[in-house]
Amino acid sequence: MAQHVAQPTATTPTLPATLPLKAIAPWAAFFGILMLVLLYFVGAEQGATAVVSGEGVHEWVHDARHLLGFPCH
Amino acid sequence: MNSATVRNLLVRGMLAGLGAGVLALIAAYFLGEPNVDRAIGFEEGHAPAHEHEVEIVSRSLQSTAGLATGVLIYGIAFGGIAALAYCVALGRVGRFGPRATALLLSGCALLAVYVVPFLKYPANPPAVGNGDTIGERTTLYFLMMVLSVLLAIAATILGKRLAPKLGTWYATVAAVAAFAVVIGLAFAFLPVVNEVPADFPATVLWRFRLSALAMQVILWGGFGLLFGELAERMLNPRPAKAEESRAMAAAPN
Repeated sequence: MAQHVAQPTATTPTLPATLPLKAIAPWAAFFGILMLVLLYFVGAEQGATAVVSGEGVHEWVHDARHLLGFPCH
Repeated sequence: MNSATVRNLLVRGMLAGLGAGVLALIAAYFLGEPNVDRAIGFEEGHAPAHEHEVEIVSRSLQSTAGLATGVLIYGIAFGGIAALAYCVALGRVGRFGPRATALLLSGCALLAVYVVPFLKYPANPPAVGNGDTIGERTTLYFLMMVLSVLLAIAATILGKRLAPKLGTWYATVAAVAAFAVVIGLAFAFLPVVNEVPADFPATVLWRFRLSALAMQVILWGGFGLLFGELAERMLNPRPAKAEESRAMAAAPN
């Protein structure tokens, strides 16, 4: 019986508090851009544009680029 | 304290992204690679001397270490971005707990980041695509992706604005309908790309695209569940403790 009574309090959902946008902004600015740079190197480097010369990056991630849906060549 | 919460969620997002990336990699290797090989077989049989005559990276490296590098970095990067989006969405998109918010966000991300751009500009295997139009195709693909993500964010904000007037249900329906209409216009007006060679086997193309889609479903589904679990444990450790104390209270019986 005691278990039966205790259950509702344990499963009552507590709604999460919102995080202030000011606290998120610096992380979003720095890590957001870092993540986008990573995506650029996986998805587009040495395809349409190139930061590093040659074909090494393109050839290395060739299969991933095709299978992840990016235009490859 | 809030800044620390953001940092902890970001770290968990990148870890969950890595975990989901491993799952997607397994799918990519077993479902996707056979189709990549078939497409390359077609390419070698038909195309007169492809541009990569000198093999810089061998096929066996491309299909293993190269594939892993790409897919895992993709997982980590999108995991980090999704975690930042999650920090904003948490408690702002409706009455959802940490786990449900994670899965909801992850499902929306799958649609906005991948499925919507895929419907207009689907993934192509090797041998499909003219090397001369790579610039245009890359621009169009990223444009479609950015447009779809921005419209999804706009639709979410619209839904939130409409909710007090229309109620949650109709506000959500209206926001999704608005998203679909604008995306439909983009589909209609953006240029069509079709560079599939006339004699390319249709089944290989279909299976390649299905396997690419499967990878993304696994990636985002896995991310939603993994990240939701990590976020729930971090933000809401109380239920676990309550469980423990209940177990302890029940033990003497």
